[in-house]
Amino acid sequence: MTRPTPETLAHSARRARTAAEAPGDADHTRAASPAVPAARPAPAQVSGAGSLVRSLEALGVDVVFGIPGGAILPAYDPLYDSTVRHILVRHEQGAGHAATGYAQATGRVGVCIATSGPGATNLVTPIADAYMDSVPLVAITGQVARPSIGTDAFQEADIQGITLPITKHNFLVQEASEIPRVLAEAFHLASTGRPGPVLVDIPKDVLQASTTFAWPPTLDLPGYRPTLHPHGKQIREAARLISAARRPVLYVGGGVLKAGATEGLRKLAELTGIPVITTLMALGAFPDSHRQHLGMPGMHGTVAAVYGLQKADLIVALGARFDDRVTGKLDSFAPDATVVHADIDPAEIGKNRHADVPIVGDARHVIDELLAAVTAERAAGRTTDLSDWWTQLDDLRERYPLGYEEPSDGTLSPQYVIKRLGEIAGPDTIYVAGVGQHQMWASQFISYEKPQTWLNSGGLGTMGYAVPAAMGAKVGRPDTVVWAIDGDGCFQMTNQELATCALEGIPVKIAVINNGNLGMVRQWQTLFYNERYSNTELGTHKHRIPDFVKLAEALGCVGLRCETAEEVDRTIEMAMSINDAPVVIDFVVGKDAMVWPMVPAGTSNDEIMFARGVRPAFDEDDI
Amino acid sequence: MTIHTLSVLVENKPGVLARVSGLFSRRGFNIDSLAVGETENPDVSRITIVVNAESSPLEQVTKQLNKLVNVLKIVELDPSTSVARELLLVKVRADRNARGQVLETVNLFRARVVDVAADTLTVEATGTPDKLDALLRDLEPFGIKEMVQSGLVAIGRGSRAITAGPALRAA
Repeated sequence: MTRPTPETLAHSARRARTAAEAPGDADHTRAASPAVPAARPAPAQVSGAGSLVRSLEALGVDVVFGIPGGAILPAYDPLYDSTVRHILVRHEQGAGHAATGYAQATGRVGVCIATSGPGATNLVTPIADAYMDSVPLVAITGQVARPSIGTDAFQEADIQGITLPITKHNFLVQEASEIPRVLAEAFHLASTGRPGPVLVDIPKDVLQASTTFAWPPTLDLPGYRPTLHPHGKQIREAARLISAARRPVLYVGGGVLKAGATEGLRKLAELTGIPVITTLMALGAFPDSHRQHLGMPGMHGTVAAVYGLQKADLIVALGARFDDRVTGKLDSFAPDATVVHADIDPAEIGKNRHADVPIVGDARHVIDELLAAVTAERAAGRTTDLSDWWTQLDDLRERYPLGYEEPSDGTLSPQYVIKRLGEIAGPDTIYVAGVGQHQMWASQFISYEKPQTWLNSGGLGTMGYAVPAAMGAKVGRPDTVVWAIDGDGCFQMTNQELATCALEGIPVKIAVINNGNLGMVRQWQTLFYNERYSNTELGTHKHRIPDFVKLAEALGCVGLRCETAEEVDRTIEMAMSINDAPVVIDFVVGKDAMVWPMVPAGTSNDEIMFARGVRPAFDEDDI
Repeated sequence: MTIHTLSVLVENKPGVLARVSGLFSRRGFNIDSLAVGETENPDVSRITIVVNAESSPLEQVTKQLNKLVNVLKIVELDPSTSVARELLLVKVRADRNARGQVLETVNLFRARVVDVAADTLTVEATGTPDKLDALLRDLEPFGIKEMVQSGLVAIGRGSRAITAGPALRAA
């Protein structure tokens, strides 16, 4: 296959912006065409740090999130004059999640920078988060000078060793001359194939060394050859199964969003009439309002989606990984289903569930080729009637819709708040959630109609993700409204980045769904630990510590509070009208609301509970 | 559980062995034996790994190994179509009375004496793990003072060769 060159790399990084200015520039063939040779200026004499910053510029990076410190300090000097915007965060974890939010909202590589030792180790959580959710992230860390490596020097940590299991790849730069090549390789690795985080660790003396900068460098990645195009035979076999199935479902994961395959997905769904199920990572890949959308599968999925997978005779998995939160107890997951599993990562195929038809490829190519193959099947008159299947699913949708009960104690319902927020802010807003009950409600009660409008920490489940990720998303898409929906527990982990937002002019909006507790943990205590609420009460209700309104104001934001249903719309609208500062709303909600439906951890999807003590009557359904 | 021998061709770069061995432990596999060395191409190292595993989890580890950027190629060697050897160095008690008997055993196994002291002989032997086990069993009664074994190395029989191939040439 053709090896990508750094020219095409820099090109694709810039594509989003240059496409608007000069449409011809978006043509990939141009960079490779011999008629237009890539300009290769004479090597310039620079420091390693200069080479780093020039490389970032050449790669089309417009913004980096970071904090300086001793070992990385040389890089901050050329950064001072650079076109690359540096956003000074308050904690390196914030830099990492901001880069992730930026990447998730724009599809471009997010970049974060930290110094050696504690700066680098503070990036570990966001790197692990990006690894689990396949986010294109490049983390640049300073390292102690080469002669000090291995001596337990001040602020030394083996960040390459530490991040070995949580990066797609990582580098320790040994010579200043390698910097452009390593950066180009890091961006290429992060953004192609199955995307993921790449760490580049650069010793201080390498940053200080004198070197030459020449662009583009030649990539040297002989062991890296992601398969983008699926095998035609497998595609035809999948199309044959699709045309013969009586109870098929399309099980859509985050890979479809990353591949930009949502248009194709819609065509495939509409051509085949097959029900669509989108995972937590894929919300927005298929319009929630579409008649064929059954919702989200898994632990807090809809009854129709869970049942649809469970009773399917054919599961077509597209860029999804049969995560344990989706399958429940694996032995009893979808016992009658034949599985077509398409993923760009061959290691995902057959990892958890045997794939009858494995397809390795980029979701966009897979879906396009499936469309053609299914069209051919149709032309040959092969198709099945799905009306019985739809009758069953529609019946379940009608009997077990997503819903909630108003709290009996008169407190504000968290689901109502989130539902109204979605209705008022609308489908063009980017919603960013933390982790817990509020995240699940945000996934359930907001209607996602477009790709890249839902950001959350799916795989790692990182509390504290929302505020910095929302900051990054807003930086990447400044003209889009960005709402973080956070819990009071999550918010207290990373809210210091609101100071960054206030100072850097990043007007995000934060809805703190404040139930005074670590709500999801409390829900498990209610259900599985005899209502013994060990260490889940946070005191944000009882003692109003902290007072989120005062905290918001102290951080340079507008702070609002809402405690009754009557105030909800007015408060949200007030927040929507403020565009020159970040806004925090403290929604004081009841603590007893629970997330339903629920498949208790480790049990079969057949055990799904529609509400406390209410099990849908699957067994009686005559399938 | 079955014994599997994997030949892994990797880029000859710092830290690659840690990436490969770390992956095994992370995915819950014990490495029975490991040997690393340069190949005919100095840019490529070959790691021979022996693991005891069911074939389905082993497939998962192989796929994960393939994802490592520095890994160029992985081949599982079938014992019936490959040659596998280990190297053993063993220091055996052999005073004047026992020396003759020890030497007889050494010769029987086509091993070699590489060092002689007043009361010990140091023996070098290569062979399959089975052969080396048998040699050790026969030497044991004399008294083994110290021993060291290499990891297994293995190569396919016949004229076909495992090389990094076009991947590296394209680089």
